[in-house]
Amino acid sequence: MARALKLPNWSRWLRTTRAAHADALLDRRHIYILPTRAGWFFGFVLLLMLAGSINYTLSLGFVLVFLLTGMAIVCMLHTWRNLAHLQARAGRADPVYAGETARFDIVLTDADGRTRHAVCARFDPAQDDTANPTCIDIPAGGSATATLSIRSRRRGWLQAGRIRLYTEFPLGLFHVWGYVELNNRCLVYPRPADSHIPFPSATDRRNQGGADTVAGDDDFFGHRSYQPGDSPRRIDWKASARKQGILTKQFQGAAQSALWFDWAATPGNDDEQRISRLTRWILDAAALDRNYGLRLPNHEFAPDSGPSHMQQCLQALALL
Amino acid sequence: MKTRIPGINDVRWLLAGLCLVMILHLHHFAAWVALSVLALLVWRYLLAHFRRPLPRIYILMPLTVLAGIGIMLNYHGLFGRDASVELLALMLGLKLMEARTRRDFLLLIFGGYFLTIAAFLFSQSMASSAVMLVATFTLTATMVGVSHPVGGLDWRFQAKTAASLLLQGIPIMFALFLLFPRVPGPLWSIPQDTGKGMSGLSDTMEPGEISELTLSGEIAFRVQFDGDPPPPSQRYWRGPVLWQFDGRKWTMADADAKWREESLQARGDPVRYTITMEPSNRNFMLLLDMPTQLPADSILRSDRQVLSKDPILRRIRYQATSHPDYTLGRDAAPDALQAALHLPDTGNSRSLALARSWAESGRTPEAIVQTALDMFRENEFYYTLRPPRLGQQPIDEFLFDTRRGFCEHYAGAFVYLMRAAGIPARVVTGYQGGELNPVGNYLIVRQSDAHAWAEVWLQERGWVRIDPTAAVAPSRIEYGIEIAIPNENPLPLLARNSNPRMKSLYLNLDAIDHAWNQWVLDYNQERQMELLSSLTGSRLSWQDLAVAMMVSVVLIVLLLAYFALRGQRLGRDELQRLYGLFLKKLRHKGIIRMPQEGPLAFGRRAANALPQHAERIGRISDLYAQMRYRDHKTAESTELLKWLIRTFK
Repeated sequence: MARALKLPNWSRWLRTTRAAHADALLDRRHIYILPTRAGWFFGFVLLLMLAGSINYTLSLGFVLVFLLTGMAIVCMLHTWRNLAHLQARAGRADPVYAGETARFDIVLTDADGRTRHAVCARFDPAQDDTANPTCIDIPAGGSATATLSIRSRRRGWLQAGRIRLYTEFPLGLFHVWGYVELNNRCLVYPRPADSHIPFPSATDRRNQGGADTVAGDDDFFGHRSYQPGDSPRRIDWKASARKQGILTKQFQGAAQSALWFDWAATPGNDDEQRISRLTRWILDAAALDRNYGLRLPNHEFAPDSGPSHMQQCLQALALL
Repeated sequence: MKTRIPGINDVRWLLAGLCLVMILHLHHFAAWVALSVLALLVWRYLLAHFRRPLPRIYILMPLTVLAGIGIMLNYHGLFGRDASVELLALMLGLKLMEARTRRDFLLLIFGGYFLTIAAFLFSQSMASSAVMLVATFTLTATMVGVSHPVGGLDWRFQAKTAASLLLQGIPIMFALFLLFPRVPGPLWSIPQDTGKGMSGLSDTMEPGEISELTLSGEIAFRVQFDGDPPPPSQRYWRGPVLWQFDGRKWTMADADAKWREESLQARGDPVRYTITMEPSNRNFMLLLDMPTQLPADSILRSDRQVLSKDPILRRIRYQATSHPDYTLGRDAAPDALQAALHLPDTGNSRSLALARSWAESGRTPEAIVQTALDMFRENEFYYTLRPPRLGQQPIDEFLFDTRRGFCEHYAGAFVYLMRAAGIPARVVTGYQGGELNPVGNYLIVRQSDAHAWAEVWLQERGWVRIDPTAAVAPSRIEYGIEIAIPNENPLPLLARNSNPRMKSLYLNLDAIDHAWNQWVLDYNQERQMELLSSLTGSRLSWQDLAVAMMVSVVLIVLLLAYFALRGQRLGRDELQRLYGLFLKKLRHKGIIRMPQEGPLAFGRRAANALPQHAERIGRISDLYAQMRYRDHKTAESTELLKWLIRTFK
């Protein structure tokens, strides 16, 4: 019943400034203003004061009531001016893993040579109960960055959506707001599988041989401490017995020999589990600084290493 | 808005604002209320200063109850004017002790505004309006501070913002003040104690009463004459007419004594004038003897005393016309004359015998009047503000023993003698004289000008004014009380003649005060219509006013909006226009700015292309970038850039 009676969210029909080129300009057609609760209450107090002045014929009472009325009207103008002609532009939004907090930067620029005080930004409609608005001061003729955070849930592109920019400065009697849609989006990588899973042993079927064959050709060059996922065949049991902790043998060739993460060969109940496992492998391989390739149903990344390679692979997984 | 707990700076601003509001009230608060409120303010400041927690509810609750009980005991209720204002002040003080959030602060700020207006119930002087402005400014600055979600604003910035909001609101205030259609109050009944502490003529007279009033230098009313003021000897301001005498006290005629209205023949030139009367909490409207054209909304009694419908609780202005030369009540009603002969059955027997002896000697009424006046003049009677106290037979004691009295003694004794001699007579009280203020060309009449005189009824002449005081102290009538009794001067120090410079300062101040009263405090419905109709030349309705008010407010807001939004943008446009000129000059030299090129990058490219102008191009680009993007824009830098670009060849 209550649900059926719920009013439609009327603010959906209000205009939103879209970033046509780079900056969205909050011009006068995109700014709305209403009194705040404090503003309504102030109006009520003014009415009471006016009634008292009339009743007791207090001329100075009229002076004060009208002065405060004038002040409130001027405040309306100033609050409006505090937001008007502000330019908004999407700032950076660094990729995060699903479940982490995504941060969107919104760069607000004043071009009118006026300091803008206490301009706040929040998602509209509020996407997350925990998301607090961010309030910043923007220097005259300069820019400032407001950062909005939101918890990411699913891999893929996370759209910031419509953002409400608003201000109540200087007196908090009026709420002036506008909507911007800046097309700022944040790439959400898949959530890595929780447990460490050994790298797949068969690295490349087309290369006629597994990692072991390749590894056999290479020279042993040292130990490193065991990490989950290391093949038991690589563990140097003798050395481990002499020292404390488990040591894994490292071969020159193994470091350079490419790991192949193949979608088709990845175990898992469903696609998401596979993606999650592949993500974990990529992270582990990157931590070991090993070369790895990724073979997805629609795309293949040749073995490589380095941050940009990792980002490419993760992005492909995120958007799969 | 993200809420923030107000900090110590916000507390400081708020306390300063509330202190200023309390200053407006201190003069009328009961001492314990004033001290409690101040103690609460200090307490709150100390808590904030030492970062101590605010008191708990089990401390505040009993204090609140105590405050309520205190007011109740002091005023026997909570709803009188004084009681409710003091209760509000105490409650605000207690609210302060639990004010933590922005909401609490806003509530206190609004409460502060409200308490400011309540102060005007007690005083609307220029000084209180000045304090009101400072208090409003401080409270507004507090509101600026608590409205910033991050806080830590510079106090100068806070003050500047509040000042600009208020200053820009002033034109709107003027428009609303002038044009808001005034409704004559009250909308609801005014509390009983509103008229407390007002002084003025009473509707009775007994020995010592007027002389006590005369000790007050307060202003009773001010008079502006249309032409020249009448000479001092004609400045009798008619107030209550007293008929009944109980041996000691004179009182007005019974309200149910409906005598025929006394006829009036006026002669000579009329005197037209406007009186601005201070509140007296009584109904008497003082008018120059003898009023012929009465103020609006007044009641005329048969003895030509003029009353207002309601007690005068606020300053009123009224216009009237009087004729100093007149004949009143030649055909007086017999029952009225009968009442004017009535005397108590016993008491004051020596006076009675004296007057009877005059009547029995066969003198005419005129001769009897003259005899009585001669008696005052020729015997050792003294005119003094501090006469000895009189006992059970006041008339006898005064006439035969003490012989020292003020106007009420002379008027009372004279009327008694006349009645005893068979001449109808009555006492008239009011004011006599007044001081002309040359600065504003108006007459100041003070409580110290209060006076009592007599009217006797003579065949063919009607009611004739006789002032027995004039027989004893003629200078009282001609020059006023200050000259008549210099040693007992009741006037305020500044108003005395002894120091001419102080005196002229006083008169100037009074003229300002008078103008303030006329144009600010007494700007009521009548004045509003009068002023606006004379400006527009046509009769206006309140609907006209409402439309004019809205139109003018909208115009002012548009004007403000234009300047608020245009100011800086014009400056930027000029800067861009100048830079455009520079680009045009370079274009002629074949160097064209790319759309994505910033001014500094373009400047470097242009300088490389035109090495002979490299220095000038570098300076222009640098200055422009500074002014455009860092807002280092001053009048000097604009002039410099203008010169650099104009002279660039």
